[in-house]
Amino acid sequence: MSLILLHPDDNVLVLSAPVRAGQVLTIDGQAVTAGTDVGVGHKLARRALAVGDKVLKYGAPIGSITAPVAAGGHVHLHNMKSDYIASHTRQATGSEGH
Amino acid sequence: MTQTLQGYLRSDGRKGIRNVVAVAYLVECAHHVARAIVTRSDDADVHLIGFPGCYPNAYALKVMQAITTHPNVGGVLLISLGCESFNREQLRATIEASGRPVETLVIQESGGTASTIAKGLEAVARLRAIAAETPTAPMAVSELVIGTICGGSDGTSGITANPAVGRAFDRLGAAGAACVFEETGELVGCERIMADRAITPELGLELERSVQKAEAYYTVMGYGSFAPGNAEGGLTTQEEKSMGAYSKSGSAPIVGILKPGDLPPSGGLYLLDVVPDGEPRFGFPNISDNAEIVELIACGAHLTLFTTGRGSVVGSAISPVIKVCANPETYRKLAGDMDVDAGRIMEGRGTLDEVGTEIHDLVLAVAGGRRTVSEALGHQEFILTYKAFDPIGPACLPLRRTS
Repeated sequence: MSLILLHPDDNVLVLSAPVRAGQVLTIDGQAVTAGTDVGVGHKLARRALAVGDKVLKYGAPIGSITAPVAAGGHVHLHNMKSDYIASHTRQATGSEGH
Repeated sequence: MTQTLQGYLRSDGRKGIRNVVAVAYLVECAHHVARAIVTRSDDADVHLIGFPGCYPNAYALKVMQAITTHPNVGGVLLISLGCESFNREQLRATIEASGRPVETLVIQESGGTASTIAKGLEAVARLRAIAAETPTAPMAVSELVIGTICGGSDGTSGITANPAVGRAFDRLGAAGAACVFEETGELVGCERIMADRAITPELGLELERSVQKAEAYYTVMGYGSFAPGNAEGGLTTQEEKSMGAYSKSGSAPIVGILKPGDLPPSGGLYLLDVVPDGEPRFGFPNISDNAEIVELIACGAHLTLFTTGRGSVVGSAISPVIKVCANPETYRKLAGDMDVDAGRIMEGRGTLDEVGTEIHDLVLAVAGGRRTVSEALGHQEFILTYKAFDPIGPACLPLRRTS
C-alpha cells in the first residue's frame, strides 16, 4: 500500500511511493484514479474537499482548501493555503525549467 | 544498560566528546588568514569559526564566548585584523578564565598575511600540544547535551526521521541527557499542543509566546521558515512543516526555554528560542541551517541530530552532526552523506522504534569517538550573524529555581 493515513481524523493521505497519472488507487475501499503524477511525501485527498475546508494531517489543521478537490486528488499549493504565513516557491528564470 | 563514555575533562567540570583547537577570525577581514592556518594545519581537530561583522553585537560576543569555552574545545587561536569592533580582550579573558590555552594574533601588528599565517601555524602546534594533555574521565549519558534540527524537509520528514529522532530524544532525556529542539518559526501551528507539555503553566505561556513572536517576526520578513524545496517535496504550508518538525521533540515534558548561549541547567527536554527579541533589525532569524546548529552548540550541544528529506550534506565545526535521512529516494542518491536511513520506514523495511534505537545507539557511539559521515568528509560549516535578544524570563527555567 503506497498511502499512509497518519491519524484517523485526517482528510489527506501521504504517498510512500510515487503514483503515475491513470494509476488506480484504493482509498477507504473506493477505487480512485490518479489524475496526475505525484511524488513521495505529497498528499492526496481522502475524500472530496470543498473550498474553506480545513486540511487535517497528523490529526491537526495544516491549512485550508482554496479550490475543490476530488477524492484522490493531489492536495498542494494549487488548492490549499496556510492559515498562518503564505508559502513561497522558487521563481524560475532562464532555461532550467520550473 | 550502563553506558560508560570517556570525556575530555575541562577545568569547569564539563566534559567534551572531542578535543578541538578552534581558530577564530573576529572580522571577515581576518577570515582568509584564519582559514589558511586551518587548511595548512591539515588536522581534523583544528576547526575554523568566526564572526564576519565589524560592528559590535552582544549576541555575537555571547555566542563566541560560549563556543570557545564549549567542552569539545581544548584551545583557541584568535585572529584579529586589529581595527574591528569585536571585543577580543573580553573574549580572550573568558577563554583564559575557563582554563583553556588561548593565543591572539593581530594581523596589523604581526607583519601581515604571510607572517601571521606562519605564526598561526606555530600557535596551533603549541595549542594542540597543550590540548593533548587534557585528562579524560568517565562520562555519563546524563552529562550529554544533544541538539536536533531539520533541514531540507519534505513530506517524508515528519513521518520517518523526525519522529524517529523523537523516540531517541525520549530515551536520551529519560537517561538524564539535556535534549534541545529549536526553530520556533517551524513550530507555528503547534504552539498550543506544545504548551500543554510544559512542566508549569507559566512555562507553557512562554512557549506559546515564543512561537507568536516567531510568527510576527517571519511575517515582517515576508517569508515563513519554508523553502521552495519543502514544497517540491510535498509540504504545502508552514503549519504542515511545523507538525513534522515538532515531532523531533518526542513526547517528554518540556522543562525549559533557552536562548542562544544559555546552558541547560538540568537534563530533560528544552526548546531553544532562536528568534530575536524586539523589532526585527538584522534580517532573517537564521539565514541557513548552520546558523541554528551554531546556536545549539552555544547551548552546549556535544552533537546534533540533523534530519533531512531533500538531502542536506552539511556538518559543523566544534560538534559532530549525525544526519538522519527521511526520504528513501534521497538516501539512494546521497547515501555517502547520510548516517541513518530513516526512509526505510516509508518502504516497510523498518519501524520508527528500530530507527529510533539506531539513532540512540549512534549518539552513544559518536559520543564515544566514532566519526560521523560529515566529520569524515571534512564538513566544518560555521555561520554567525547579527541578532538581538533579551535575557530569558523567570518562567523559562522552572528547574533552575528548585534544584
